[in-house]
Amino acid sequence: MAEPKTKYDRQLRIWGEQGQSALEKASVCLLNCGPTGSETLKNLVLGGIGSITVIDGSKVEVGDLGNNFMLDESCVGESKAKSVCAFLQELNDAVKAKFIEEYPEALIEMNPPFFSQFTLVVATQLGEEKMIKLDRICREANVMLIFARSYGLTGFVRISVKEHTVVESKPDHFLDDLRLNNPWPELRKFAETFDLNVPDPVAHKHTPYVVILIKMSEEWTNSHGGSLPSTREEKREFKELLKSKMVAIDEDNYKEAIEASFKVFAPPGISSDLQQIINDSSVELSSTSSDFWVMVAALKEFIATEGGGEAPLEGSIPDMTSSTERYVNLQKIYQAKAEADCLAIEQRVRNNLKKLGREPESISKATIKSFCRNARKLKVCRYRLLEDEFSNPSVPDIQKYLTDEDYSVAMGFYILLRAVDRFAANYNNYPGEFDGPMDEDISRLKTTAVSVLNDLGCNGSTLTEDLINEMCRFGAAELHAVAAFIGGVASQEVIKLITKQFVPMCGTFIFNGIDHKSQLLTL
Amino acid sequence: MADTAPSRSRDLDKLLLRAGNLVGPTFEPGTELRDDLQEYARILVVGAGGLGCELLKDLALSGFKNLEVIDMDRIEVSNLNRQFLFRMEDVGKPKAEVAAKRVMERVSGVNIVPHFCRIEDKDISFYNDFNIIVLGLDSIEARSYINAVACSFLEYETDDKPREETIKPMVDGGTEGFKGHARVIIPGVTPCFECTIWLFPPQVKFPLCTLAETPRTAAHCIEYAHLIKWDEVHSGKSFDPDDPEHMQWVYSEAVKRAELFGIPGVTYSLTQGVVKNIIPAIASTNAIISAACALETLKIASGCSKTLSNYLTYNGVAGLHIKVTEFVKDKDCLVCGPGVLIELDTSVTLEKFINLLEEHPKLQLAKASVTYRGKNLYMQAPPVLEEMTRSNLSLPLYDLMDKVAKDILHVTGVTGQSDKKTSCLRKLRVVFRGVDGVTDMDMAGGA
Repeated sequence: MAEPKTKYDRQLRIWGEQGQSALEKASVCLLNCGPTGSETLKNLVLGGIGSITVIDGSKVEVGDLGNNFMLDESCVGESKAKSVCAFLQELNDAVKAKFIEEYPEALIEMNPPFFSQFTLVVATQLGEEKMIKLDRICREANVMLIFARSYGLTGFVRISVKEHTVVESKPDHFLDDLRLNNPWPELRKFAETFDLNVPDPVAHKHTPYVVILIKMSEEWTNSHGGSLPSTREEKREFKELLKSKMVAIDEDNYKEAIEASFKVFAPPGISSDLQQIINDSSVELSSTSSDFWVMVAALKEFIATEGGGEAPLEGSIPDMTSSTERYVNLQKIYQAKAEADCLAIEQRVRNNLKKLGREPESISKATIKSFCRNARKLKVCRYRLLEDEFSNPSVPDIQKYLTDEDYSVAMGFYILLRAVDRFAANYNNYPGEFDGPMDEDISRLKTTAVSVLNDLGCNGSTLTEDLINEMCRFGAAELHAVAAFIGGVASQEVIKLITKQFVPMCGTFIFNGIDHKSQLLTL
Repeated sequence: MADTAPSRSRDLDKLLLRAGNLVGPTFEPGTELRDDLQEYARILVVGAGGLGCELLKDLALSGFKNLEVIDMDRIEVSNLNRQFLFRMEDVGKPKAEVAAKRVMERVSGVNIVPHFCRIEDKDISFYNDFNIIVLGLDSIEARSYINAVACSFLEYETDDKPREETIKPMVDGGTEGFKGHARVIIPGVTPCFECTIWLFPPQVKFPLCTLAETPRTAAHCIEYAHLIKWDEVHSGKSFDPDDPEHMQWVYSEAVKRAELFGIPGVTYSLTQGVVKNIIPAIASTNAIISAACALETLKIASGCSKTLSNYLTYNGVAGLHIKVTEFVKDKDCLVCGPGVLIELDTSVTLEKFINLLEEHPKLQLAKASVTYRGKNLYMQAPPVLEEMTRSNLSLPLYDLMDKVAKDILHVTGVTGQSDKKTSCLRKLRVVFRGVDGVTDMDMAGGA
């Protein structure tokens, strides 16, 4: 077996060849290679990211050796970008690693077009003003951006991408698409070939639960004026009915049917999440519509027509007690329907493309197939510009977070992380950055935090003394363990964005290293 | 050295030298604390894999200088996507040794002692030498074992409060794909691994009749080839999952079976996954969980902040979810409780006692080795020790325990049903009948 395949085996099992190939094509730029940035890239280099460009203008100091594993004593006085880049390269020679000895702040000011060459920029330990500028640059250049910052026992990670659409969201638990209470003709016909009262005990215990539930829900609706079990009592009754059909206590298929009976009760039609996606204004296609929205438009038409209110059938069934032959036949019926649905969508996609004046075959059959299989699990993530979040805050949300026991510390850190930047802009150093009495810094930080709160429209709100004191105590320290955590989170989000698999976080992640009650704030 | 040491810990000093408001009750900030962490704190990292590599790095950069690491495995190619201390040329070498060497090369002043062996190979007393044990493991059995060892040191006061100096804190991490957990175990105070064993449900196995008669999925075909067909064809030769030829054979048999039944999806990769029960693993999740564990280790050792109370779950599959749950101790836990009480007559021999353990309804401990206060009373292995301790078998346990009325004994052995035997360690409170009264009278007489 080829070496890279073995090397990446444990991750290929998660994101597959396609995800891996997306990673290998990606070029990532890192701004500032302190521990937070170095740890972020470490995880990406190990996973086989295409290329990295490390940007940092500073020289290595002795203090850096205490928190950054990508440096050693021989690096002191050398370019930090160069040193970190060399150690990162050692981790994986398949990655193209380069560095630029330059302060990111200078690049942001002097050379905005520089950033357009990258797939994604990871900006670490940047001050607020520069973050806002970089955000605008990357948004215009259509480059994905992640901010990451470690600060004492706190820190944050924030994604900034105009729109991120996911087909393969791969959720952990998702209701199987079995259509038990609304079988299509072929499935109904298949179910009719079974007799639940079959005298042969072997046949009885090898009837797949899908068939049992289809037949029993039909029996139920026939005797209940066409409606399914809906009240708790009715659901219990339905389960009792299933139980009464058992002829022996070891009939696993009936046990499975009882356990899966909730799948019968599921309301037909699409989820509210999917409803929201097909109602999105982006389904009004234009020449600039992405393939994703072209397919969503086709999906919307399908749901309204052939689909009869349902998304295309997923086509796979879970394992269930059954004879092999019956199971395989059942599988084939589901597959056939999924293929037919997919074909209908495909035709609509091709038509849409034609109408847009695009090559009808420009979206591959495989892409459409994957879209159909995952149609119920589509995700759309949109991120506000940082500037917008800061200048146009959602006051009720902030107020809610500030007073919610579970969120108040995280919200407090959010305010303080902004306050320390404002503090630094005013006083040329971070609160508690230097040794000595901290009383003055504490009172200044408190005032600054109040002004941040006022700007957010939360006049009268305050933060606890404890939290402000702690923030001063942190003195802008970048602790390795915190940086490794924040860098770990940032790298995981990078992977989700680049592979377009799983769902990246929406909002600002605030790390709380005090009691680990970290939170994601949607602001 | 005096000049560089403080500046090297430039960032950490902020946390260790300054007073804080949200800190642990024992926190005494100052250079003495920092120096004590470096000089006296001894941390054991169990496992030098995905978590272990990260943990060693994180701890070495969190103010600790005395680390040890134990791992029985050798480096494989499939480790390299996350076990960042290893390179292609290290494949085949012991993980613990390479990991220790790499971190020491990079972080000067740190000393890491590697132990290339099984965790059961070490005496219990080995584990008692550490202030904190950090676990980076991927098996329930290994966690259970270390947990039992750490809890075995725990002694209780008469009022059922754990004795402070016998508490051996553990920090445990685990990951699977985009998910993970980190937890702090303070034996006697927070739930131990065994108190919450239900968090780790046993792996579901396919019924043999499904494999033999009604296969439906690719995994069924693979397990048929692996568990049934292999033994039919290779009489006596046991299957070795690390032998590529064996794996290839199982794969091709599974393909044949799948074709016979019209079942899709058998691939070589899936075959490996099913047979070896491979858990997908990525660098980022390991980094996140290890960082949380290292931070907790630093906080337990220094008190520089509050500690995690007591179980964190991380899930990055859809968005990012971190949840902290405060689990509670199982008062009747066999492992972190005061120990199973066993009342004996003073005449009971060690051999009889060992037999009793096997019949004891709560313990069901076979092949027991017995130690008393660090002294081996009887050891089943190795043969040298067995021979040395064999003569004790015929002696009364009371005599072997220096004729004390009651005390704690440690026994190790195997437990569980025939299909799944696991080695385990139990702490027992042995009380000798009738001795208490005699002691009291003696004392009264003496006074």
